[in-house]
Amino acid sequence: MPTSPSTPSSSLSAPSPAPASAPAPARPAGLSAHGLELGYGPRTIVAGLDLDIPAGGFTVIIGPNGCGKSTLLRALSRMLKPRGGSVTLDGADIARLRTKQVARNISTLAQAPATPTAITVADLVARGRNPYQSLLQQWSAADEAAVASALAEVAMTEHRERLVEELSGGQRQRAWIAMALAQETPILLLDEPTTYLDISHQIDVLDLCAGLHEAGRTLVAVLHDLNLAARYASHIVAMRDGRVVAEGPPESVITSELLRSVFDLEALVIPDPETGRPLIVPRDRRARGTGSCSGPAAGSGPAADAVADPHAAEPTATATITHTTTPTDAVEPALMAEQESA
Amino acid sequence: MTVADPPAASPAAGRAPAGAPTARSVITTPVLRFAGRSIRIRPRLVIVAGIALVVLVAVIAASLMVGTIRLGFGDLATVFAGDAKPSLERSVLGRRLPRALTAAFVGALLGMSGALFQSLSRNPLGSPDIIGFTSGAATAAVFQIIVFGGGMLATALAAVVGGMLTALAVYLLARRDGVTGGLRLVLVGIGVGAVVSAFSSLLIARADINDAMVAQLWGAGSLLGRGWTHAWLTLAALVVLTPLLLVLGRKLALMEMGDDTAHSIGVRVERTRFIAMLVGVTAAAAATAVAGPIAFIAFASGHIARHLAPVPGVLIGLSAVVGAALLAGADLLAQNLDVGMRTPVGLVTSLLGGVYLLWLLARRI
Repeated sequence: MPTSPSTPSSSLSAPSPAPASAPAPARPAGLSAHGLELGYGPRTIVAGLDLDIPAGGFTVIIGPNGCGKSTLLRALSRMLKPRGGSVTLDGADIARLRTKQVARNISTLAQAPATPTAITVADLVARGRNPYQSLLQQWSAADEAAVASALAEVAMTEHRERLVEELSGGQRQRAWIAMALAQETPILLLDEPTTYLDISHQIDVLDLCAGLHEAGRTLVAVLHDLNLAARYASHIVAMRDGRVVAEGPPESVITSELLRSVFDLEALVIPDPETGRPLIVPRDRRARGTGSCSGPAAGSGPAADAVADPHAAEPTATATITHTTTPTDAVEPALMAEQESA
Repeated sequence: MTVADPPAASPAAGRAPAGAPTARSVITTPVLRFAGRSIRIRPRLVIVAGIALVVLVAVIAASLMVGTIRLGFGDLATVFAGDAKPSLERSVLGRRLPRALTAAFVGALLGMSGALFQSLSRNPLGSPDIIGFTSGAATAAVFQIIVFGGGMLATALAAVVGGMLTALAVYLLARRDGVTGGLRLVLVGIGVGAVVSAFSSLLIARADINDAMVAQLWGAGSLLGRGWTHAWLTLAALVVLTPLLLVLGRKLALMEMGDDTAHSIGVRVERTRFIAMLVGVTAAAAATAVAGPIAFIAFASGHIARHLAPVPGVLIGLSAVVGAALLAGADLLAQNLDVGMRTPVGLVTSLLGGVYLLWLLARRI
């Protein structure tokens, strides 16, 4: 029986968790997909997908709209029943596990959860204890400890008696994450956790996720913002048309070629001056007749310019990889004009 | 309340960070503990339900006292002590009490059903009396009276079956991509309700005059002449359905956060939804089988309960007490309104409920 794994809490204010107090979850939690086929109604969205989620990693799934990212995430959490293939947790098919059993191992932050009326932060977080509760066992000492620790981990302890509907977007997202943490699962799935948040709250939420990852949890997130994906992920999975096109560490996956083949996007990939991770700068597609570096982008900052220069020739120098099924008609002529003028 | 020792299963080290409260619980509600069990208590809910229960008892007492023979508390006491005249005893214990109890039990069934469907459809208009379930039950009962000639148990059974079939039709029509949407459920339900009501009117219009009168009276929703059989039947339905509804209420509260979120914390969403529909329709249909289609009680109880006790969750228990008090009160009014005939209680609830709905809409917009 998988009892709750100890999830050490790292206070947000502390820059780095003390190494001594961060034991990994009791066992490596291996989540894998084998020959997965997924769809809704007559539509098939994902076909023949194999994927191993690295245990203890922070995996980020990227891909264009409708590529099947969120569908895959729903299958990994057993919300969506596969038409074919299976999802396994430590080798066991999750379709065969009891629902509460799954909920003690995998927690999911859905994309747009509905906030119940008149609920306090503490009551919302307490709902994460449902997999451990029953009609006659509504509040145990373990529930108390888990909720207290989840609230502390997202720095919401002082707001616990406030109503969730009165919180700011960022605080509300923290409350929802705390609910997932109260489940005390080794695996946490997040479906676009930064949607509807402003940039500082996006960073805030992802810093929090990075902290949870460092504390030993396995995280899987769907993110739309590629720069944030590259900044926080330890493992990137790039999807298109229901298939995994590439996966690996951000440095090797996020390249101009990949962006072209997965997103049909012409972009420069430069090292982020702050983190050293890949930073994506989309090419200026508006017909200008001038080089890309002499436009308004030149005013964006000396650091970015200096880094950008050595890479500027990269996208035009290499050949595209095979996957470009949709031709990027709008982009090609513009690029060619640019090359000629250069 | 109780920050006890950390659970034995997880190591104490690293738990309870510095910022965590140690003196008191993270949740504000008291927890009742006994024999290794723990139940969370919401004081506001308990107090409001207590007050509603007192109101209910007062309404029932009042309906025992008023009527063609007016009684005081002293007279009631003699009746219950068995010292009253046989005629008085027959009037109170044989007619007024079973009718008042039937009203309360029917109201409780409707109230619970309303709270359940309003949560299930995530829409305040999603109560069984608005989305056609009670119309379906009533139409089936009218059909039974006119075509097969009535009989109390057969009519009741027809009502339950009719309610189920209507619910199934609404459920299937409202389903799209395997998901039962809230607003869709309401709109489809109103449409289906209109169709079955029209069918019921057609049946009555074409029927023999005597059957038509029986069906018409039944179709208005009335508690006239309801006796102990009705009271016992509705009580039996309450005893069976209430525990199921209370268990379902906990899960439905989690489902209000969205199917995905509820699933991720261990709720079997589609299964729960199906069982909830089944139990909710049974409650509404059982109420309709006994008293006919009584409008707005299901709709209003959930609303009023939520206004009285702004706490999270599906207020099954409180809605039951509110529904019981509302219908018992409406029946008290119906018995004492003199419009030249005996007023069916369904007319009173329609009138009051319609005004309440208008008032709600006017306040919102």
